[in-house]
Amino acid sequence: MNVLAQPVGVSHFLIVGAIMFVTGAVCMATKRNALGVLMGIELVLNGANVNFVAFGSELLNPDGIGLDGQLIALFVIVLAAAEAAVALAIALNFYNNHSTIDVDRADELKG
Amino acid sequence: MDINWHSFFFMAFAIFACGFALAVVISSNIVHMAFYLVLSLGATAGLFFLAGADFVGSMQLLIYVGGTLVLLIFGVMLTAQSPFISMKTKGGEWILAAIVGGSLLAILLQATLNIKEWQAGEKPLPDRAPVTASRLGMGLLGARVDELDKPAAARAGMSGYLLPFEIVSVHLLVVLIGAAYLARPKKRIVPRGFEQESQS
Repeated sequence: MNVLAQPVGVSHFLIVGAIMFVTGAVCMATKRNALGVLMGIELVLNGANVNFVAFGSELLNPDGIGLDGQLIALFVIVLAAAEAAVALAIALNFYNNHSTIDVDRADELKG
Repeated sequence: MDINWHSFFFMAFAIFACGFALAVVISSNIVHMAFYLVLSLGATAGLFFLAGADFVGSMQLLIYVGGTLVLLIFGVMLTAQSPFISMKTKGGEWILAAIVGGSLLAILLQATLNIKEWQAGEKPLPDRAPVTASRLGMGLLGARVDELDKPAAARAGMSGYLLPFEIVSVHLLVVLIGAAYLARPKKRIVPRGFEQESQS
């Protein structure tokens, strides 16, 4: 069976979204650099966005949910930009106060 | 041998997006990670174009790759002192993360491949994707011109996305003011025992 001759379906996009989501989650869990954790969050949001666009695509599933998926994907992109701005401000503040960006050193709140 | 070029480009962009996402996780150098993330999100924009979402794809390129990632790269440049450029993760944490991530991926893939409505049909996709930009803009203004063929009962109470659009606009303003407030320059905290040096 020739893979390249088959038409693409929604499930192909969902597989890509699942892989990006899992790599982002692993990135969030393992990175010690606060900016690496932020990059993991971006990957997770992007994996979810791939799913939204695939479900909202009129090309792939004409009788699906219509354009709502793409509208929600636009909102996710804007909220990701806002989240990155605030998280970056917090990370820079932490770096200025503690002279490190290692999230393991941010343990002043422990009881 | 006939090649479906839509599928061919989908495979190429999918391999780029997933491969560079994996490279972000595997690499321990923060500068390389930022570069791989740019490539991964750019390839995702290509996937959006291939799904027929022209407006979302271009917004992905403009806002995500052009805005958010430039912000992240600024953060990387401002904090890239020598001990923080390359921070290794312990081997045990890698094993644990690989087990948890692998099982999560197995669950997601199993759920994806088992639903019949989501699989690719036998008939080829239409040659030309409908343009979405103007209908998306009208949806954001509250008029769902893409749902006009639905029966009136289904369209009752459908108000479009005007209210979420306004909320997200104000939210973005608040967030940017808050970020500027958080990142304002402050007096540095001097560690105990170093007061003399900092005053001189």
